[in-house]
Amino acid sequence: MANAQISYDIAHLIGATVLMAGFQLLYQRRLFAVLNTFAFQALALAAAAAWQAHIQHAPHLYVTAAIALVFKAMIVPIALHWLVEQLGIHRNVETAMSIGWTMMAGVALVALSILLVLPVTANATALTRESLALAMSVVLLGLLMMITRRNAVTQVVGFMALENGLILAAVSAKGMPLVVEISVAFSVLVAMTLFGIFFFRIRERFDTLDLADLETHRGDRQ
Amino acid sequence: MIGNFTLLPGFENPLLWILGVPLGSAGFLAVLKDWRVAAWVNVLASVVTFGSSLLLITVRPEPTRLLFIDDFNVYLVVLTAFVGMTTAVFSAAYIARESEAQRLSDLHLRFYHSMYQAFLFTMLLALTANNTGVMWVAVEAATLTTVLMVSLYRTREAIEAAWKYFILCSVGIGLALFGTTLVYLAAQPVMGDGADAMAWTLMIKRAHDFQPDLLNLAFVFVLVGYGTKVGLAPLHAWLPDAHAEGPTPISAVLSGLLLNVALYALLRFKMVIAANGNTLTPGPLLVVMGLSSLFLSAFMLYRRGDIKRLFAYSSIEHMGVITFAFGMGGALANFAGLMHMTMHSLTKSAIFFAVGIISQNLGTKRIAAIRGLTQSHPVLGWGFVLAVLAIAGLPPMGVFMSEFLVLSSTFARQPLLAIPLAIGLLLAFAALVARLQSMAFGEPPPHSHAHGRAGPLSTALALTPLWVHMLLVLVAGLYLPKELVAWFQHVAGFLG
Repeated sequence: MANAQISYDIAHLIGATVLMAGFQLLYQRRLFAVLNTFAFQALALAAAAAWQAHIQHAPHLYVTAAIALVFKAMIVPIALHWLVEQLGIHRNVETAMSIGWTMMAGVALVALSILLVLPVTANATALTRESLALAMSVVLLGLLMMITRRNAVTQVVGFMALENGLILAAVSAKGMPLVVEISVAFSVLVAMTLFGIFFFRIRERFDTLDLADLETHRGDRQ
Repeated sequence: MIGNFTLLPGFENPLLWILGVPLGSAGFLAVLKDWRVAAWVNVLASVVTFGSSLLLITVRPEPTRLLFIDDFNVYLVVLTAFVGMTTAVFSAAYIARESEAQRLSDLHLRFYHSMYQAFLFTMLLALTANNTGVMWVAVEAATLTTVLMVSLYRTREAIEAAWKYFILCSVGIGLALFGTTLVYLAAQPVMGDGADAMAWTLMIKRAHDFQPDLLNLAFVFVLVGYGTKVGLAPLHAWLPDAHAEGPTPISAVLSGLLLNVALYALLRFKMVIAANGNTLTPGPLLVVMGLSSLFLSAFMLYRRGDIKRLFAYSSIEHMGVITFAFGMGGALANFAGLMHMTMHSLTKSAIFFAVGIISQNLGTKRIAAIRGLTQSHPVLGWGFVLAVLAIAGLPPMGVFMSEFLVLSSTFARQPLLAIPLAIGLLLAFAALVARLQSMAFGEPPPHSHAHGRAGPLSTALALTPLWVHMLLVLVAGLYLPKELVAWFQHVAGFLG
C-alpha cells in the first residue's frame, strides 16, 4: 500500500501547487507577472494531468497534459505577452478590491469548497475527494480574480485559471471520457482567437482595455 | 461495453442529415463569395434541415452513444429547425437591405451566413447529444458562434455587448462543466468508467442508485451555469445587450431558440435528479428563479428606450414563466411549460422579424421615434400589433393559453404562489400594451432615415415569416390537434 500512498501524496502535492498558483495570481501587481504566474499554473496542471494518466493507466490523459503544457503554459502566455506589447496596454494591474481583502476572500472560498466537497464525497476515494476540493477552490479563485480585476487581459487570465480548475476536476474524475478534455482544450483555443480579435477591435475603438471605459457606453440611455 | 449500439448513424438516418447539412453548409458558406447566393444557400440548407427533422416524427432512430432522439427532444429539434428556416428566409431580406445601406461589408456577410449555419448545427447537436460532455461542448460552441455574430456591426455598443456576453456566458458554461463532472462522479460508481456514465438514456435508468449528495452539489452548478444561458435573474445581465446590438435575425434565434436549448439542458439534469428521489427537490429553486426573473423583467419593461431591449426583457420574463412552470412540476404544469416554450419561440421570433423591418424602415431603434406604424406600414404594423398582443398574453393566441395553464395549475396546487405570478404577468402586460400603443398608433413621424430601399418582393419576403408564425400561434390558441396534446401530455409525464 506504500505505493498507493505515494501516488496519492504526489497527486495531492501537484494539485496544491495549482491552487497555490491560483493564490499567487491574486496578488500580482504587474501584468507580465500575472502572465508568468499563469504559465506556472498551467505547467502544474500539465504535471497533474500527466500524473493522473500514470496512476489511472489512462494514456489519453497524457494528451490533456500535452495540451496544457504546449498551449496553456507556452503559447497563450507568449501570445498575451505579445499583445500587451503590441497594443501598449498599461502594465500595472488595476484592482477593484484591495489585495489584502482579495486574499482573505480567497482563503474563505477555499474553506468553502472544502466544507462543501468533503461531506458529499464520503464514498469516493480519498484521491478523488481531495482533488475535487482543490479543483473547486481553483475554479472559485479564478472567478474571484475575474471579479476583482478591471483590466481585460487579467480578466481573460482569470477565466483561463478557472478553466484550469475545471480540467483539474475532469482529469481527477476516474475514467471520464477523452472527448471532454480535448473539447475543453479546443474551446479554449477558439476562445483565444476570439479574444485576440476582440483585443484588436477594442484597441481600435477605445484606446484602453480598461473595462470601466466600456461600461460608460450602454445602449440604453434614454 | 458497446453492446447493441453502433457508433454512428447510417445515411438513412434523419439525424445524420439534421446535423450534417448545417455543418456542411457552414463550411461551404465560409468559402462562398457572393452573399446573394449565400443567402439562398442558407435558406435552402435550412429547408432541408427542417424537412429531415420532420422525418424524425415517424422514423425514430436507435439511440447511439453519441446521439439520441426521444419524445422530449424531438419536438425541440423540429421547433429549432422550423424557426431556423423561417429566420433564414427573413434574414435573406434583412441582409439585402443592410448590405445596400452599406452597414455590412461582403466579408462580414460571408462570415455571417457561415456562422448562422454553424449556430444551427451547435443547437441541434446540443438537443440530440446523448452524452453530457458532447452537449456541453455544443452549448459552448453555440456561445462562441453567437458572440461573433453579436459583434458583427463593430460599433462600440456591439463590442461591449459581445464582450459582456462572452465573459458572463463563458463563466456560466465553465460552472456548468464543473456540474457535469460532478454528475459523472455521481454516476461513475454505478455505471462504471467511460461514456456510459455520461449517456442520458443509460443514466436515467439507474439514477436512483447515484449518490444523492453529489447530485445536489452538481445541480447547483448546473443551475447557475446553464441558468446564465437561459437568462434567469440575477444571471441575465448579458441578455438584453446581446439581443439589442446584434443583427436582428440573430436576436430572433437567440431569443426563440438558444434560450430553449439552455433550458433543455437544465431540464435533462433535472430529470436525472428527479429520477434519483433522495436528492433535494429542484422545484423550489426553479420556482424562485422563475419568479425573480418574471418580476425583474416586468419592472424593467417600463423604462426601456430601445425597442430590441424591450423585447429582450420580455424574453427574460417568459423564460421566468417557463422555469416557474417546470419548477412547479406535475403533469399539467409541465405541459404548460412545454407549450409555453413553443409559443414563446414562435411569437418572440415573429416580433423580432417585425422589429427588424421597423428599424430598417425608420432607421432607428428608439421607441420614442417609432409612431403610427399601423398607418405608415399597415401589413407590418398590424402584424406587429398582433405579435405584441400575443406575447403580452391576450386571448385567443397560444401564449394566452399556455400562460393560463401555468396560472391555473399553480392556483390548484399552491394558491399563494399564483398571486405573485399573476401580478408579474399583469405588470408585464400593462408595460407592453402601453409601449405598443405609442408605437402602433398616432401620427407617423414626418421624416425617416430608412436603411436601404425595399422592393415589393423583398418586403413580402421579410413579412411572410412573421405572418406564418402568427398564424401558427393563433391556430394553437384556438385549436390544438388531439395527437399533439397527447404527445405533450406524454412528455410532461416523464419530465417529473
